[in-house]
Amino acid sequence: MFIPCDRGGGSAAPDFKGFTLLMPAVSVGNVGQLAIDLVISTLDMTKVGYFYTDCLVPMVGNNPYATAEENSVELSINAEVYSLPSKKLVVLQIRSPFIKNKYRPFCETLLSWVKSSKCARVVLLSSSHAYQRDDEQLLGTPLRYLLTPDLEKAVGGRMKELNWKEMEKVAAYPGINDTDKVLHIPGGGITKLLFTESCSEGIQMAVLLKFCSEGDNIPDAFVLVNYLNEWLQLIKSEVSTSNNSTDPSSQWKIPSSWRLLFGNGLPPALF
Amino acid sequence: MATFFGEVVVAPSRAGLDEEEEAREETPEDREIRREIEKKRYRQRGEIKEREIQVLWSCAEESLVCSRFIVAIGRNAAAFLSSFILDSVCWEVIGVVKLWNEWCRTSSTTNVLPTDSFCLFYRLISDPTVLLCQCSCYVAEDQQFQWLEKVFGSMQKKGLQVTILSTCPVADYKTQESTLTLVSPFLKALKTKEFQEQVCCPLLEQPNIVRDLPAA
Repeated sequence: MFIPCDRGGGSAAPDFKGFTLLMPAVSVGNVGQLAIDLVISTLDMTKVGYFYTDCLVPMVGNNPYATAEENSVELSINAEVYSLPSKKLVVLQIRSPFIKNKYRPFCETLLSWVKSSKCARVVLLSSSHAYQRDDEQLLGTPLRYLLTPDLEKAVGGRMKELNWKEMEKVAAYPGINDTDKVLHIPGGGITKLLFTESCSEGIQMAVLLKFCSEGDNIPDAFVLVNYLNEWLQLIKSEVSTSNNSTDPSSQWKIPSSWRLLFGNGLPPALF
Repeated sequence: MATFFGEVVVAPSRAGLDEEEEAREETPEDREIRREIEKKRYRQRGEIKEREIQVLWSCAEESLVCSRFIVAIGRNAAAFLSSFILDSVCWEVIGVVKLWNEWCRTSSTTNVLPTDSFCLFYRLISDPTVLLCQCSCYVAEDQQFQWLEKVFGSMQKKGLQVTILSTCPVADYKTQESTLTLVSPFLKALKTKEFQEQVCCPLLEQPNIVRDLPAA
């Protein structure tokens, strides 16, 4: 599945042992994917390979993180892997939806790649339909987290320190029986499947998600990536001298591919 | 999502999600229709599944050595090849793709009309390592990978250079100005870093992308 980039000199495949794998779920508002774009663009991560898979809709374009003409001509496809060894971080970006009936095989292959590459843990960025929140979830923070039992032991305490809210379970049979609770992540794509599989296979996985709706999801992406940053500290949040508050939003670099998200310029003849 | 009238509707998600596992509110008729569609999509005829594509070559696969492969995808690109490149003197038909999907069906005949849906392979008689493909049919997203593997899997590659020709509507082109004022048609290209030759037109700028079989 994973094909390393040929960086010349016959270099061996990259080693991800002990790394944190950060990846998005293709979910409502594409918030996870937008947040991952911010991470890759800001940390100027290097592409180290891609996934050769028949599970995702094909697409191709030029480098979405181009900053100048020189680096704009590298081809980019639907599932690519970037790495930053100094932070022991490897990032998977997924750029297209799953082909019908193919999301399960993808999850299985992905988790077996996680195990074979010996990543220490997986952090999955996702989102869930805001309109499906219950009365309590409508109040307070729209951000939630989930930890597999293995990761709970390692970082559960840190989440409590950060005052984060765990994703609530909902009644399996609402109105009939409120005792059976299940995890329900509407709009989350493969989030629930990946999480439940990781629980049963002993993979350390954290899910960070935001309740949101379709629309301009750029602010949601910033909120989610700042949430991630509270824990992983990927970038330093500088204290702003003008109002003495920490606002890391300005430190994230928007990639050039985010231009024209909502259409082209208008024809002058319109006015 | 609540609409203006107060009713709650399920908003289609841009993320292209298919909540197959969630319990859907379906009437028995819906379930029956869905079952029939699934059966038609994945029906097995002997060993071949309905969605499976077949690549049929008229020559032995061992003789398919390829150094140049030109693929024209879509009716416009296929018509370009028919008008300017192909003729029965210099080119011979050597293969055909047989497939079915909800949009089109191709057959194993090589005697096609320009208005048919077809996918044919030709070989240059004077240099048999030059192959050409005219694919005017739509290859569905779950068939694109199959198409790739079966076509490229059949050929022996000898310094292979692949050129893909396709068209997209101007309205899909993302640019700062309005597409009304753009001079069209115009050419854009994407190339791999291994392609060292001069490209005859500007490269496709971000945030534009290519989809479907050309992307695959």
